[in-house]
Amino acid sequence: MISFCAPRIKQLALGLSLLGMAWQVSAQTEVNDAWVRATVAGQPSSGAFMTLKADTDSKLLSVQSPVAKLVQIHQSSMKDDVMSMQQVDSVALPAGKAVSFDPHGYHIMLMNLTAQIKEGDSVPLTLTVENAKGEKETIKVDAPARALGTMGHGNMDHSKMDHSKMQ
Amino acid sequence: MSTLYSRRTVLQGISLLSLGLLAGCDDSSKLSFKYGKDLSDKIMGRSFKLKDTQGETRMLGSYQGLMPMIFFGFTQCPAVCPTTLARAAQAKKLMGRDGERLQVIFITLDPERDTPELLDQYVKAFDPSFEALYGTLEETAATAKEFGVFFEKVPSGDTYTLSHTATSFVFDSRGNLRLGLSASLTAQECAEDLLTVMEVC
Repeated sequence: MISFCAPRIKQLALGLSLLGMAWQVSAQTEVNDAWVRATVAGQPSSGAFMTLKADTDSKLLSVQSPVAKLVQIHQSSMKDDVMSMQQVDSVALPAGKAVSFDPHGYHIMLMNLTAQIKEGDSVPLTLTVENAKGEKETIKVDAPARALGTMGHGNMDHSKMDHSKMQ
Repeated sequence: MSTLYSRRTVLQGISLLSLGLLAGCDDSSKLSFKYGKDLSDKIMGRSFKLKDTQGETRMLGSYQGLMPMIFFGFTQCPAVCPTTLARAAQAKKLMGRDGERLQVIFITLDPERDTPELLDQYVKAFDPSFEALYGTLEETAATAKEFGVFFEKVPSGDTYTLSHTATSFVFDSRGNLRLGLSASLTAQECAEDLLTVMEVC
């Protein structure tokens, strides 16, 4: 009896702890393929791009970075080949759906930069995401700076992409 | 009826003909592009006069013999401007030796913030052959109007961004407007249509 129970308890304990770990992971918003466009000297603004996936219906409220005095979330839209940009208050992150922040849609504007962002620099970003219950989550990301001439999502240099993180 | 052309006239005729063939110029008013828009019948962008980053006055005629591709934007633009300039650099490479004749010209719509030094560094980060032009606010507005380019300041917090037309305008080597490339096209698609322009002149 004892010899039968002991491994069972172990299994149960292991199962519970795995469940706990899984829960912890699922409660987080996943950030993939984050990058920032490098700038030339004197260029006061740049953009940050990434893919976000929240496990429950959430929204991205804000982004902060020590490299920029002002960070805003913008949405680009194209109509009759006219590119328009609008600041948005937040971006909905529906449960389980990857939301892309790329040069063609939503993106994060880093404005009033404190210094030039050079290719290869690591740019710290702090994202604030709020779930449907109003609980806020802070996510810290170190986004690598890619060359100014990097094409947008879909056209980018695949050699620099981390495929292991792709979903 | 049998008025014979003198030998000289015939020779002159032949040499003129062969000159035309050599130059490969075709005056056809319409071109068929696979991806871009044929602008051959549009009279636009003929009289702009702006400054390059060295302070030299530049007009369309300054680029004779080259194939100018003009794009309007501003350096604080995070999305369409760097993407379009990167695409232009890539298309130029895809064109091989023909790409040497492609002259990419970036005209700033934000001369208040885009200084000549910044513009110079900015365009050359994409390709050292790229040029940037700027003017006063009035000259900028007049140039945009001449190209049918829309632009407008959009306030954003204590600063502003710009909405603007993202078309690239391509002239042939004799200064005739030929092609409009939308921002949605790929570098490969642009390169194919640019080579079509080169076949004409």
